[in-house]
Amino acid sequence: MGVEIKVDNLSKSFGKQLIWGDVSLTIPAGEVSVMLGPSGTGKSVFLKALIGLLKPDTGSILIEGTDIASCSEKDLYAIRKLFGVLFQDGAMFGSMNLFDNVAFPLREHTKKTESQIRDVVMEKMDLVGLIGAEDKLPGEISGGMRKRAGLARALVLDPEILLIDEPDSGLDPVRTSFINQLFIDLNAQIDATFLIVTHDINTARTVPDNIGLLYHKHLAMFGPREMLLSSEEPVVRQFLNAQTVGPIGMSEEKDADELEAEKDLDMPPLPPIPLQLEPSNGIPRRSQREPGGWCRDNGVTPPPGSFDHKMSMTTGG
Amino acid sequence: MSSITASRVLAPVGTAGKLFAFGLDVARGLFKRPFQMREFLQQAWFIASVTIIPTALVAIPFGAVIALQVGGLIKQFGAQSFTGSAAVLAVVREAGPIATSLLIAGAAGSAIAADLGARKIREELDAMMVLGIDPIQRLVVPRVLACMLVAFFLNGLVSVVGVAGGYVFNVVLQDGTPGAYLASFTALAQLPDLWQGMVKALVFGLIAAVVACYKGMNAAGGPKGVGDAVNESVVISFMLLFVVNFVMSAIYIQLVPPKTG
Repeated sequence: MGVEIKVDNLSKSFGKQLIWGDVSLTIPAGEVSVMLGPSGTGKSVFLKALIGLLKPDTGSILIEGTDIASCSEKDLYAIRKLFGVLFQDGAMFGSMNLFDNVAFPLREHTKKTESQIRDVVMEKMDLVGLIGAEDKLPGEISGGMRKRAGLARALVLDPEILLIDEPDSGLDPVRTSFINQLFIDLNAQIDATFLIVTHDINTARTVPDNIGLLYHKHLAMFGPREMLLSSEEPVVRQFLNAQTVGPIGMSEEKDADELEAEKDLDMPPLPPIPLQLEPSNGIPRRSQREPGGWCRDNGVTPPPGSFDHKMSMTTGG
Repeated sequence: MSSITASRVLAPVGTAGKLFAFGLDVARGLFKRPFQMREFLQQAWFIASVTIIPTALVAIPFGAVIALQVGGLIKQFGAQSFTGSAAVLAVVREAGPIATSLLIAGAAGSAIAADLGARKIREELDAMMVLGIDPIQRLVVPRVLACMLVAFFLNGLVSVVGVAGGYVFNVVLQDGTPGAYLASFTALAQLPDLWQGMVKALVFGLIAAVVACYKGMNAAGGPKGVGDAVNESVVISFMLLFVVNFVMSAIYIQLVPPKTG
């Protein structure tokens, strides 16, 4: 049914360099959330902190009453069984073929017989479209296949929380669309909490229920998709619409001169908010909201042309 | 300024502490069940296969060199009949464990560090932890035990091959007599020599494997980091092995009285 992740006042630095500070957010149970941010803002570090691979300096991460940031090693290994994680490169075990890779968590954590394991593995391999490749070694397949195999392995224990690191890096646009559709279908099917870390704008605009934006060592905003897509906040607006005008520069933050130079430039109007991806079988997800619902409830007028069925995919202006 | 200097000076202490803590984690992992028998056997087989032939090839000239050097010296003293004792002192007590440890650290340790380092930078170890499996229990403990086991047997191999090599050189090239060689051998050799050689081999195997695993699991910075980790693991384990060898030899000489008569 999915589990809520409550992050409170989290900070992490490497040596004297602060990665991000004071991050507080609640990732709602069973919903799809996306964490965005310019390159190098510590999105992957945030993900690793959530699974307890990196200890944050301050703050807490509560999952089912356990604080990941301060619990014992034993509790950590227990709570991690709730997680499925898809690493950037799939992180497949190089010495095992794909079948053994996907079967690995089952063999370690369950008492299933080999034939039961085979059934589960084949079902997950089918889900990610890798039937026929189960005897290949990770070194023999393309990056996209490794990623899908990693997803199959992450799904095999029926996780409550699925953390996904850059699903679109190294994938072509078609495969990216397929994998995004797969996330939505999976969410409809298993109701897990999804957190996707990415900087692909199209994914961010169409997939999630919630969007978060990490920028300049803090969490700039976290909230429902429509709230961020209709936001006038310069950083959010610039990033979600992939523009050069705004506070984000090539090296993280623009200096005073650059900001002065574009003082008179108006930010282009907000592009229309696209419809959210729907499960391919047409049955709405449990956490799905009605298009435009948030805008209406909060008295925000969405940009003209929003939620139009004819424009389902547009990237920024 | 002073704090920067202090942190630089103290950095090696921190590394040593982390290495020791890692060793304790491994010790704790030893008692966690289930024991990874399959991994242990695979690793033991792998380590044996990369070390047996080089060890034998190192042991023969090692025994021969000791026979040549000591034989020449002893001849000048006019005590040829004691050449056999040189073999036991040098080969069984010192050369056996040292040659073993150098090969374990050089061949097996570098392979382990490279393997774990590659897994670390490919995020395999992270993935394993996320899947709820402790890599120390799953990967490191079997490797450490395999290294100790193979070191133990390699030490036996070096002792046998080294003593045999010394015998051949002494008898064939230096005109020693087989009887004198064997007689002087048994005159000074005692069973504790063999025990301490075995204990040394076990300890050296442990150190080499722990250092290699620690360095491999802490590799960082892409493929170059793996190379650095391998390099550092070999250098550090060599240094540690020689220091530990000295200490253990000193303790042994204090504890076990030399055989007389």
